[in-house]
Amino acid sequence: LSTDSTTGARDHARSQVRTAAMRVPATPPDVEPSRLLWAESVPAGSYATRVLGRGTRLRLIDPDGGACAHLLLFRSDAPWERLNVADTVKVPWQAYLSAGHPLLSDQGRVLATVVADSSGHHDTLCGMTDAGRAKMLLAAVKHGLDIRDVAPSVSLFKGVRVADDGMLGFIGSAGPGAAVDLLIHLPMVVALVNAAHPLDPDPALTGLDVLAWRAGEQLTTPVNDDPEYLRALFNTETTWAAAQTSEAFE
Amino acid sequence: MTTTGLTIIADDVVDACAPWSAIVRAGQTLQIIDLHGNQAVDTLFFDAHDYANRYSAVDTIRAQGRAYLGLGSRLLALDGEPLVSIVADTCGRHDTLGGACSQESNVVRYGEHTRHMHACRNTFLAQALGWGRGLDKRALTANVNFFMNVPLTPDGGLDFADGISAPGRYVELAADRDTLVLISNCPQLNNPCNGYDPTPVRLLVWSAA
Repeated sequence: LSTDSTTGARDHARSQVRTAAMRVPATPPDVEPSRLLWAESVPAGSYATRVLGRGTRLRLIDPDGGACAHLLLFRSDAPWERLNVADTVKVPWQAYLSAGHPLLSDQGRVLATVVADSSGHHDTLCGMTDAGRAKMLLAAVKHGLDIRDVAPSVSLFKGVRVADDGMLGFIGSAGPGAAVDLLIHLPMVVALVNAAHPLDPDPALTGLDVLAWRAGEQLTTPVNDDPEYLRALFNTETTWAAAQTSEAFE
Repeated sequence: MTTTGLTIIADDVVDACAPWSAIVRAGQTLQIIDLHGNQAVDTLFFDAHDYANRYSAVDTIRAQGRAYLGLGSRLLALDGEPLVSIVADTCGRHDTLGGACSQESNVVRYGEHTRHMHACRNTFLAQALGWGRGLDKRALTANVNFFMNVPLTPDGGLDFADGISAPGRYVELAADRDTLVLISNCPQLNNPCNGYDPTPVRLLVWSAA
């Protein structure tokens, strides 16, 4: 195809999509395809962001064992309320993420809950490299946010453990195929960066698969019966209910 | 301070639940004295000339390879350079994982009855608004809790342990650049971080010569 004319360039541009190879994560077999909201593979070093509704189930997959998903969350209807990592580790009295762990906002609400986790190798302590944070800033700016909003993040699929004397130990990945599912409790800006963990001595980054689907029925079954979790969930549910238009109940 | 050759710039006793803030200039030293023991001193740091360049707990922890702060810790800003460094420490360990208490986190941790108790993040918000120039809620992230002991257990549990501080123990921070320091002398009554009895601390700022 010649591209020395507008039509030639246009035809060339339009032809590329027919031959391009692109990884798209497969819809999970137990998910009705019409419920699928998002399927994207984030290459090493890149980022993705999306607004997800309440009741969305977000699945992050490390298909090849080298992904590191740095995550920030902001309420899309009130973006000054965001993931607070200190409260996320303090309130459940637990720094290591696993299934059942709430991702809490600075306002005492559950933004998302880790509802499944086959990795167990995560980090709430070390944040991102400069390169990762630069990508996270781009994701934030696209939602009208700025550097002040890029608060400490959590990292999924690359783990850190703390020794008795406080020294950090990098435990790396759980291996290919690990997945983490998050249930989104309020309308949410999800910002994901697939970048090296700052303690990784030899980051061989691979792609991060992202899937999301409607799963609102799961909101009614708490996956954790800790009193702190139930209070944070109560705060979330009452906040959501109070903000609904009254007409819906007439 | 009676040591000769030092110029005392500030010498304040800060009551329990009270705020304190100042710009500590490059080369000056801030000393925080735990007058009665086991008092958590929640502290935020910002580059005094660029509030968006704030203390970064995650970078500080990662760079020193250790989850707790102590003698020699360099408290890094987002730009990767230190704001202040711990140059003397008779306590031994300080927390930067646990964050600051808020009305909302108190409710979740302890119950609805604690909603209207004093909370550090109210103090920080009020101070941030007072300094202005873009310093607002969005700029408030991880803080340091001086004299607070939050060891991690082997399985990741956060053990809000009894304080390891004692009356008269102190920490000294040398400012590596002009640094805005916001302090909330923690009013928390629901865990051992203040020995269930918030008490005053003394803050000294001095410069050599």
